[in-house]
Amino acid sequence: MDSALNSGDTAWILTSAALVLLMTPGLALFYGGMVRAKSVLNMMMMSFGALALIGVLWVLYGYSIAFGNDVGGGLLGNPFEYFGLSGMLGEDTSAPYPVMAFVAFQGVFAIITVALISGAIADRAKFGAWLVFAGVWATLVYFPVAHWVFAFDGDDVVGGWIANNLLALDFAGGTAVHINAGAAGLALALVLGKRKGFGRDPMRPHNLPLVMLGAGLLWFGWFGFNAGSALSAGNTAAVAFVNTIVATSAAILGWLLTEKVRDGHATSLGGASGAVAGLVAITPACNAVSPVMAIVLGAVAGVLCALAVGLKYKLGYDDSLDVVGVHLVGGLWGTIAIGFLGSATTPAGVDGLFFGGGVDQLWRQVVGAVAVLGYSFVLTWVIGTVIQKTMGFRLDQDDEVAGIDQAEHAESGYDWGTLTSGGGRVAGSPARPTDARHSSGSSEVSA
Amino acid sequence: MKLITAIIKPHKLDDVKSALEAYGIQGLTISESSGYGRQRGHTEVYRGAEYTVDLVPKVRVEVLVDDVDAHDVVEVVVKSAQTGRIGDGKVWTQPVDDVVRVRTGEHGPDAL
Repeated sequence: MDSALNSGDTAWILTSAALVLLMTPGLALFYGGMVRAKSVLNMMMMSFGALALIGVLWVLYGYSIAFGNDVGGGLLGNPFEYFGLSGMLGEDTSAPYPVMAFVAFQGVFAIITVALISGAIADRAKFGAWLVFAGVWATLVYFPVAHWVFAFDGDDVVGGWIANNLLALDFAGGTAVHINAGAAGLALALVLGKRKGFGRDPMRPHNLPLVMLGAGLLWFGWFGFNAGSALSAGNTAAVAFVNTIVATSAAILGWLLTEKVRDGHATSLGGASGAVAGLVAITPACNAVSPVMAIVLGAVAGVLCALAVGLKYKLGYDDSLDVVGVHLVGGLWGTIAIGFLGSATTPAGVDGLFFGGGVDQLWRQVVGAVAVLGYSFVLTWVIGTVIQKTMGFRLDQDDEVAGIDQAEHAESGYDWGTLTSGGGRVAGSPARPTDARHSSGSSEVSA
Repeated sequence: MKLITAIIKPHKLDDVKSALEAYGIQGLTISESSGYGRQRGHTEVYRGAEYTVDLVPKVRVEVLVDDVDAHDVVEVVVKSAQTGRIGDGKVWTQPVDDVVRVRTGEHGPDAL
């Protein structure tokens, strides 16, 4: 019997999975550079912790909740159908790629979505509580929402309601990843409250080159995220790839221009943030808009997100690293923009309002976006509050001031040299022998 | 003996060092410092949030001299550190009771 397996598609999906995996360490650098030096390790560890925990949960039951047969209403996949990926190791000659390649690809999406949330609660969350939150949030929020958005009906399988009933377009996760993480970030920032000194003390990024490096790695990985979502190495992947270049480029320009006009300077943090804003916004739309419309979409994302990051000062919530301003706002814009800028000439094949498609696609996009936003916000607020009231989520104030790296990990990110890093010696080692001329009893020193 | 302390712009350090060397000063101590005078600091912007950075990086130069040299050394430092622009710094002089050279145990002007 002939096998339908396409090695080119398989290779691209596996490569894309590796690219998307790299986004989480990239995010760790992006976020790590943005916090103060005393919090860099914890900031990075929140990403790495998500990587570790969600990787395990995905294999145990995450994949099954997201892509198992629907248990009703398009809301949830059967958690037990593929528990531990059982029965999935055999070769399926009827599919163009092995299902395990798809498992890997979707798993790294789950990981980065959870890691994204951590930017909203920099400097002040107990690490253990963060891991508990990450596991519960992935279980109750991400896995079901991934089912809504990414699980398409098959021959003998029923998928999620957004993908199959609402028919909102979300190619690579504008709703499931970015709106989802952004709404969760907002809820968690409200549950945990502001950092001590927020709005008064300078909380300058301690290492902007790290931020730039992280943004570069995110962009690199994002090609897997967007073009990989074609699940084939063909035209759709190529279109998504080009749009991922051009929307991001335009968003950088949009953000920098906004800064130049508003603040008088175009900044490196603005450039890095603009790139991420553009990537977020093009994510749902990268197979649905022409490259020229991707420029428009990206440029608007850059301007919009650059303005949105100022909201937290006006409204008084401490979304530390602008998960709301970049991911929620960028995700909302990109998702809804499909309804305006979509074109039937693209692989998605749907005209938006500006291309004669009326409001049919637009309302679907809005409903999908609002549904994910609402669900994620409410559930996150409940999960966060329960953790805060039981095991405690927020770090002790003194520890926060002294630095979360010391308190939670017993490490410091940087050795500044003897004086400022406190000197000291290996615990348990004898004190330095004193000079023989000052101590009569020392036998260790030869005069 | 006197201790002369100068707070200068970091990029003027080489000029001050060369000038003191030319005058015949044998040794000096340099440390990084920060502070502000009338010029205050500067403003930085991160994602639209403005921070006033109060403390300006400076270099502190300390020289121990004999009483007779104090006035001239201050002049040398002032002349070599001057740019004429705001933030050039300050130089001050304090009396010193005693100085000891650690290696030999010499005291007073011999230790300079």
